Amino acid sequence: MTDPHPDLLLHATGLTKTFGSFTAVDGIDFAVQRGESFGFLGPNGAGKSSTMKMVGCVSPVTGGVLRVFGQDPATHGPAIRARLGVVPQKDTLDEELSVQENLWIYGRYFGLSQREVRARTEELLDFAQLSDRAKSTVEPLSGGMKRRLTIARSLISRPEILLLDEPTTGLDPQARHVLWDRLFRLKRSGVTLVLTTHYMDEAEQLCDRLVVMDHGKIVAEGSPRSLITQYSTREVLELRFDTDDHAQHGEAIAGIGQRIEILPDRLLVYTQDGDAAAAEAHTRGVRPLSALVRRSTLEDVFLHLTGRTLVD
Amino acid sequence: MSAPDITTNRPPALASWQAVFGSWFTAYKRTWRGSIFGRFLSPLMFLLSLGLGLGSLVDKSTGGVDGVPYLQFVVPGIVAAQSMWVAMGESTYPVMGAIRWNAKYHAMLATPVGIDDVLLGHLLYVAMQITGATAIFIGVAALFGSFSSWWVLLCLPVTVLTGMSFTVPIFAFSAKQETDSGFNILFRFIMTPLFLFSGIFFPVSQLPAFMRPIAWVMPLWHGVQADRSLALGTPDFVAIAGHVAYLLVVIAVGGWLARRAFIKRLVV
Repeated sequence: MTDPHPDLLLHATGLTKTFGSFTAVDGIDFAVQRGESFGFLGPNGAGKSSTMKMVGCVSPVTGGVLRVFGQDPATHGPAIRARLGVVPQKDTLDEELSVQENLWIYGRYFGLSQREVRARTEELLDFAQLSDRAKSTVEPLSGGMKRRLTIARSLISRPEILLLDEPTTGLDPQARHVLWDRLFRLKRSGVTLVLTTHYMDEAEQLCDRLVVMDHGKIVAEGSPRSLITQYSTREVLELRFDTDDHAQHGEAIAGIGQRIEILPDRLLVYTQDGDAAAAEAHTRGVRPLSALVRRSTLEDVFLHLTGRTLVD
Repeated sequence: MSAPDITTNRPPALASWQAVFGSWFTAYKRTWRGSIFGRFLSPLMFLLSLGLGLGSLVDKSTGGVDGVPYLQFVVPGIVAAQSMWVAMGESTYPVMGAIRWNAKYHAMLATPVGIDDVLLGHLLYVAMQITGATAIFIGVAALFGSFSSWWVLLCLPVTVLTGMSFTVPIFAFSAKQETDSGFNILFRFIMTPLFLFSGIFFPVSQLPAFMRPIAWVMPLWHGVQADRSLALGTPDFVAIAGHVAYLLVVIAVGGWLARRAFIKRLVV
């Protein structure tokens, strides 16, 4: 049977995952085309990882329809997994083995010949900037190196889709940038990326299109820019006061900008012109400890949609 | 990085279970030197203390067991028992670790490898370990004159089956453990009593009548009986076939339990 939509790599309708009485994924719809870079953005517990595990054909679908490469994970799991590259949230590297041994044994899981695996290992270690560590054991490597090794490992079968579950969580800023650079190269070379993240900057950097998830549901969908345009303003004025309760200052700035969010540690004023809003507040006699004007981000989108911040 | 290659529809170079076996074997290649030393040391210690030390006392006072020198009586039993200890070592922490600690199984299952491949590949790796340990033990013991017949060579497959009759159920047990405290119970209340009361050091007929059925139900006694009759050159092949059949039944039931436990833990 030939796939009628060869470029529709992934699609889900009413996709649901329950664990006992807990609903982790609550009837979500999404579709990913070949060559796209697609993200699931949401806080911990939003259902992102459960979704990724279903897409990765390691966790059975509870309800709804899921098709990967036009095939059903319930009946074609191994065939689908043969075409996927998986970067799990927690590294599953063999820490006692060397860097190159990790790639060798993993390539064999895909039925690749020894010669093929060794040739690709060299190429991938170069890509992951780990060539000089090829023979060292994994255990002492830094978090960023382990993550790059996991990504290199996931590419050994030349996957059509690369699934990345929180690729940079727990890494320091420098390691994250190195990783983003590598992922961006993959994206440019045509690999379809599907990733989850709770970092707004990561989603903005890597995703052509994303869905925002909260409590197992999709609450918004679009490109990072269109989501910001739709759900936020151009700029944000952040005001911090030398006080325990920021809510008490809400009254003084009421009416400035289009919308105000009161957070425990700061007030956010959503406006087209941050400097003008700051001037207006000053005119009203508001004297914050600090006033910062910045551009809107996906964090603001999330805050607006759910009333909560992404990372506590 | 080249663009993804979507034309790789070639048949796989090896089966998934072979790749799983290869993965465990790759890890073993890093540590085999240490483990092979232990494999030689353990038979030597048993031979010196029980076979020669205790054996000379037994032979002097009673003329051996049923007319057989104690060394030749006890060593085939210990060959069988060692397979149980190797099974215990290879099937407890490695299995629990691959599920709970290093997620080795999870890494495999993200690829075309399936649950049955994970189970089969790992079991065959343990079988290889038991085969190696048993072969070394038989070889070392033979140098000390522990056997009186070439039939002892058949002890190798029988002992591997004995070890696997522990390995497979222990896989099921280990897959269910949240912590390693269950392994202490296994060690103290199952393995150690079995070691002492399965007819290795004295015939089961010496046990109080109510304890004998317990020995008969456990796979170790069957392995000991079969190994001993082969090593002494007095094989009763009908009885051996019965023992082997029993071991195969335990392995089959254990396999069913292990598969269920693996699915429960790894497919959520």
